[in-house]
Amino acid sequence: MLRRRVITCLDVADGRVVKGTRFVDLVDEGDPAELAERYAAEGADELVFLDISAAPERRGTLLDIVERTARRASIPLTVGGGVRSVSEMRDVLRAGADKVSLNTAAVADPDLVRDCAARFGRQAVVVAIDARMTASGAWEVVVKGGREATGLDAVAWAMRAVDLGAGEILVTSIDRDGTGSGFDTALLRAVTSRVQVPVIASGGAAGPDDFVAAVRDGGADAVLAASVFHRRIHAIADVKAAMAAAGLSVRLTREAVA
Amino acid sequence: MTGRPRIAVVDYGAGNLVSIDQALTTVGADVTFVQDPDGLRGADAVIVPGVGAAQPAMTRLDAGGLTEPLRAWLDAGRPFLGICLGMQLLFEGSDEDGATTLGVVAGRTVRLPNAPTLPHIGWNQVERTRSHPLFDGIEDGADFYFVHSYAGVVDAVAGDVVLASTDHGGRFTSVLARGSILGVQFHPERSGPDGLRLLANFVDLMRAA
Repeated sequence: MLRRRVITCLDVADGRVVKGTRFVDLVDEGDPAELAERYAAEGADELVFLDISAAPERRGTLLDIVERTARRASIPLTVGGGVRSVSEMRDVLRAGADKVSLNTAAVADPDLVRDCAARFGRQAVVVAIDARMTASGAWEVVVKGGREATGLDAVAWAMRAVDLGAGEILVTSIDRDGTGSGFDTALLRAVTSRVQVPVIASGGAAGPDDFVAAVRDGGADAVLAASVFHRRIHAIADVKAAMAAAGLSVRLTREAVA
Repeated sequence: MTGRPRIAVVDYGAGNLVSIDQALTTVGADVTFVQDPDGLRGADAVIVPGVGAAQPAMTRLDAGGLTEPLRAWLDAGRPFLGICLGMQLLFEGSDEDGATTLGVVAGRTVRLPNAPTLPHIGWNQVERTRSHPLFDGIEDGADFYFVHSYAGVVDAVAGDVVLASTDHGGRFTSVLARGSILGVQFHPERSGPDGLRLLANFVDLMRAA
C-alpha cells in the first residue's frame, strides 16, 4: 500500500539553510547537504529545497548544493524557487533533483507547466500553490511569498495546473504558515476532492496530530514541514509513530524503528 | 571479472543521472554514461534508467543508434537492469503513447487501473512472489520509491518472470527477471539503504554472470 509521506522542507539562501519568519530575520542553520543527509537518516521520505535567494547570479551555488545533496541523501529531492524556464528546470534536474516545484512562475506563465511536463514528464513537475482564505470562505492564490494577491481561485488553479501537466500539487495555507495552528484541512479537502494527483499539505504544522489530520481529514497524500523539524520540536519518527497509531500507512525506516 | 565492474548507463534525456551515478559508485561499480553504441563496448552490464513516456525514449534510442545494439545485448541474455521506464521498455509496447518498445518480454505497458491517485508517487511495498538473489539482505515487503502512472503487464507466454508485485488500487508487477535481465518499476537509486542493497546485489549477480 502506498505510504503517506513526511517531507522535510529546507529554506536555502546563498548556499546555506536559513530559517526566519517568512523570509525576514534569517538565521543560518547549516549546510544543506549535511542537514538533508541527517533528515534522510531520521526517516524523511523526501526533501524539498526552497531557494529563497533565487537571484540569477546564485544559480551556480544552488546547483552545487543540489548535486552535493543528491550524492549524500538517497531519497527524492524537489527544488523550488526561481525556476522560470524549461532550461532552468533541465539544469536543476541534471544537477540531481528529481522534481521541480513551480509557484509564482507557473501563475505568471501557465504554459511553463505544460512545457516542463512535456519535456521531463509530469512526475517531475510539482505546482506549489500558496492560498489565503477569502471573506466568502473560498481560497485565493497569492504569489511572491504571500505578498501579492492574484484573484485566482486556489481550487480552480489546482485543477487547471493538473490539466496542464502537474504531477503533484503542494498546497500551502498562508493563513496557517508559521502559526503552528495546524494544517487547513478544509482547504486540503477542497483540493484533494477535485484532483487525482497526489496533494502535499503545507503550512501550520505544530504537533504530530496535525499531520494525522492533514491526511485523515484533508485527504493529503503527503505532509511537509520545516520549522517543526529544524527546531527539533518533534522528531520525524514521532510524527510517523502518531500517523501509524492513527491507522495511516507510513514507511518506518530501520533507523526510525531502532 | 577482476577489478570494478563497468556499467554502461544509457543517457537519453535530461533527467537526474547524479543519483544513479552516486548509487552505483557507492556499491563498487564504474559508471559510464552512454549515448551511442560505442559506449556499450567493454561494458559488463547495461542499465536503462529513466522516467517519462516510452515514445520519446525510443526516439532518442533510435537517434543514438542504440535500439538494435540494446536488442542484441538483451537477446544474448547479458546483464541488464531496467529502472522505471527502463523496465517498461522491455515489453512489446506501451499504451501510454502507442510506442513499440524493445519486445524482450511478452506483454504491454498499461495505465495502472483503479489507482486511487495518479501518478503513483511515493514509497510502496515490494512483495515477492518468489525468492531471488536480487533481494538478498532485504526484507520481503520493504519500501521502495515509485514515480509512474504506467506499468508492464506480463503476458502468460512470457513464463515465470515476475519476482515481486506492489499494490496501488490493484497489484502490478514491480520486479521481473529473465536470467540476467532484470527490471524494477521503482527507483533503487532513490530508495535509501534498501535501494543501495538491491543495486549491490545486481553488481554481485553481474560479476557471477
